[in-house]
Amino acid sequence: MSINIRNIALFSAMGLALVMTGMFQSWPLALTILNMALISAVMALGVNMQWGYAGIFNVGIMGFTAIGGLAAVLIAMPPVGDAWAAGMAGSLEPWRAGIAGVVLGLMIGVAAILGAITIYQRMAPGKMRGLAITMVLFVGYLLASFVYGPATTAITRVNPATEGFLGGLGLPVILSWPVGALMAAGLAFVVGRVALGLRSDYLAIATLGISEIVIAVLKFESWLTRGVNNVSGIPRAVPRPVELQTRDWVQALAEQVGMGHAEMARVVELVSYAILFSIVLGLLIWLSEKALNSPWGRMMRAIRDNETAARAMGKDVSRRHLMVFILGSATCGLAGAMMVTLDGQLTPGSYEPLRFTFLMWVMVIVGGSGNNWGAVLGAFVIWFLWVQAEPLGRWLMDVLTSGLGADSGLRQHLMTQAAHTRLIMMGAALLLMLRFAPRGLIPER
Amino acid sequence: MDILNALVVLTNFVLIPGLAYGSQIALGALGITLIYSILRFAHFAHGDVMAFGTAFVILGTWGLQAAGISFGPLPTALLALPLGIAVIILYLLLADRLVYRFYRRVKAKPMIFVMASLGVMFVTNGLTRLLMGPGERRFDDGQRFLVSAREFREWTGLAEGLALRSSQVITVVVALIAMGVLFWFLNRTKSGKSMRAYSDNEDLALLSGINPDRVVWITWAIAGTLMVLAGTLYGLDKSFRPFTYFMLLLPFFAAAIVGGLGSPVGAIVGGYVVAFAEMGITYAWRRVFSHLLPADWMPAGLMQALPVDYKFAVTFGILVVVLIFRPTGIFRGKTL
Amino acid sequence: MAEAALIGDTMTGGYGNGPDILHDCTIAVNKGEIAVIVGPNGAGKSTAMKAVFGMLNLRQGSVRLGGKDITALTPQARVREGMGFVPQTGNIFPSMTVEENLEMGAFIRDDDIRETMQQVFDLFPILREKRGQAAGELSGGQRQQVAVGRALMTKPSVLMLDEPTAGVSPIVMDELFDRIIEVARTGISILMVEQNARQALEIADKGYVMVQGRNRFTDPGQALLADPEVRKSFLGG
Repeated sequence: MSINIRNIALFSAMGLALVMTGMFQSWPLALTILNMALISAVMALGVNMQWGYAGIFNVGIMGFTAIGGLAAVLIAMPPVGDAWAAGMAGSLEPWRAGIAGVVLGLMIGVAAILGAITIYQRMAPGKMRGLAITMVLFVGYLLASFVYGPATTAITRVNPATEGFLGGLGLPVILSWPVGALMAAGLAFVVGRVALGLRSDYLAIATLGISEIVIAVLKFESWLTRGVNNVSGIPRAVPRPVELQTRDWVQALAEQVGMGHAEMARVVELVSYAILFSIVLGLLIWLSEKALNSPWGRMMRAIRDNETAARAMGKDVSRRHLMVFILGSATCGLAGAMMVTLDGQLTPGSYEPLRFTFLMWVMVIVGGSGNNWGAVLGAFVIWFLWVQAEPLGRWLMDVLTSGLGADSGLRQHLMTQAAHTRLIMMGAALLLMLRFAPRGLIPER
Repeated sequence: MDILNALVVLTNFVLIPGLAYGSQIALGALGITLIYSILRFAHFAHGDVMAFGTAFVILGTWGLQAAGISFGPLPTALLALPLGIAVIILYLLLADRLVYRFYRRVKAKPMIFVMASLGVMFVTNGLTRLLMGPGERRFDDGQRFLVSAREFREWTGLAEGLALRSSQVITVVVALIAMGVLFWFLNRTKSGKSMRAYSDNEDLALLSGINPDRVVWITWAIAGTLMVLAGTLYGLDKSFRPFTYFMLLLPFFAAAIVGGLGSPVGAIVGGYVVAFAEMGITYAWRRVFSHLLPADWMPAGLMQALPVDYKFAVTFGILVVVLIFRPTGIFRGKTL
Repeated sequence: MAEAALIGDTMTGGYGNGPDILHDCTIAVNKGEIAVIVGPNGAGKSTAMKAVFGMLNLRQGSVRLGGKDITALTPQARVREGMGFVPQTGNIFPSMTVEENLEMGAFIRDDDIRETMQQVFDLFPILREKRGQAAGELSGGQRQQVAVGRALMTKPSVLMLDEPTAGVSPIVMDELFDRIIEVARTGISILMVEQNARQALEIADKGYVMVQGRNRFTDPGQALLADPEVRKSFLGG
């Protein structure tokens, strides 16, 4: 790892910006930005693995992030006992009830798809094959929905106001981080097998579609995620500020620096998260740097720069692509689990591609694709701008429209919509970097 | 009679809405396919530029309404179309001059163009929201129905009604006219042929004296017109919301790819395939079959293959099937 | 002797800022005649033709068309000056019909092109028959006819062909050469690069044998065919 003055200066400037935010705005705000920046940095590392190392254009980052978030729910939430066996006491037979019904239904569905694939491979092409595939899929679908539908309905009926879903395993939430990564990796495996062979623009559309489907599942399979009702109250990784506030050392610390008890408790909580996230990020950077500078990393970049030549040299390009696609997506899943851990809730409705996919791309491009430190810096800079652009936009709009007079309708309209100027700023940042510094703030070595 | 009733339900809830929706998608997909074959990249800003253009149509509509000008039974928005189209063509030409032209000059890789279009997407998205806010807007006026369900029932004496919304008819008519004009332009005029030539063989087109900048400008102008048409028709038929328009990117691309990226006919066919598949798979068929099957044969459910929430999954499913079994699309893609 | 219809005079240069490929190379063709460039692989035959057409940077020498210095012109501008060029590959618009291909050939013309199109159809009757068919669906030889026809649509004074018979069968090759002779008879000068050296020299009024970017032999085609050294070194005995 080559440390040079320029990079240190860039990171220091970023740190200074955060410190200034703490001093002039508030420390909890600065730390909130820091925490999301750390999570974004993890995601940016994942995107960088795919784009920077291998040239894979993934526009479905949001989907992998969201599935990581789901892991946090499935691992940390206490199980809803009644839901697991929902309907047992009611009219439903046990095999159509609760978790049993869901699993059985999904298994039938998967079996039908596998059956259809087998028929496609074994039977000779022709009308009979088409008919057979259609029949298998149709019957499979009917059977699956016969079991699956009532089971999920029964689950959502269990105490719908607060539960209405299966809940989770009740394990420590930190455990969801590796699990989230694994779940994202599993999804990436399936997607990659289907889509990685495609031209890059097709892959982009395919991943965009997948991520929308993941969000749709999260939003509408309420037996799993409570859907648009959100899962809140996910057990915390760090004690809540209300608990911290009562601790003696927190109170003592607060008095020492002259801060309110409540604010200090919040700061302590956020710092604790920041430490946890920094450990993960540090570990990932270390691993990524090692990987990038290993023979494996050199091979990946060779493939990226000249796929044909790499293929001619006997490299299995598709396998390598699949591998790096899985690794990158797993990293995004990990970040997704971290984010839900920080928020303490899963809100499927809040996943927007602009924020969770395209903003990540801005981070990687601005930071410097192909360079891990660049991706991390890009994540920090862009996330900082994203948060601070809102007041900045409002101020800017205030200045721009100040000539219009306070009661001008146009001025009022523009002032209420001023927050959206941050989208314009992000776009401008991306376009300017792409045009004038396409290798990013910290270029690839 | 029962079969007729079933047919009426089907027409009312699947065929007519599908035809309108398919026309809207086809117009968007045509733009995607044109830009792809001339500029050779996937234009990710399509949905957002469409929203931006529609925003100007809406502003124009409000202006006309405020001035007391109406289009009789037709929506005022149709009168405001030229404004939106003009603004969007200027906007796209400006974007081309400031952003894309540079990458064309340096012969950048297609992915760089896509990245640049992401930047344009962000900026346009911000501009649209600045202009209109993120909320939902309706701007349809004029006569809402050509045939209302009640009138239809009275005329025919059938149990089921068939409503024909004027926005649906306008959509189909305008789309057909736009497609007709486009094909006439591409196949009959010298400029249109020069576009096809440029798409076919860029080097030979240059050698033949075709001005690449001019071809690119014409492409942006046509694509911009199609975008504003698609956006306005979609907004009249349903409603305007920046996020919804952004999300239309998926069916647009799906239609263009399913039809064969680069093939205008393919984009149109793909548009209808995607629309009817979405409608057919997420429609609750119970009401149709209630006229066809004896009461005690009827299954319990809604007879809906997938909830409406999963319409993107349908779009995507078609896309995957086509990409696996016929990667060039229904009509061999890659040429204009 | 009067100046040739087209002359690339003592050309030295290469692609972009790369090394020189041509060294003092001179290629000329007289009005209504056929000039052929032959030579071993990598001798710079196509490069010489592209130099004449303005597709690479000349560091020395000049190109003159009908006595006018066109060294500084772009290829597109040379087309307007009356040069027609048929590249070796990618020389048609595959998804467009034969007729549209010809129309695109005449893109820079604003006058009536119907007469020229009839002349092309007279020259290549098969194209008249297939005028409505997509050019990409035609056979190799027919495509070459489309390509030549497209280049003729600007009514050029010089037609340049880069290996027109590459990849076609011997019978088709003979037919193509016959057509090319007919084109030359209409008064158009023809400059072509050929792999099939022997057959090409048969019809050449003038032949250029190039080796390593330099003129090695320059003589009428028949004379080159008769030259024992040329035969031994370049025509396989």
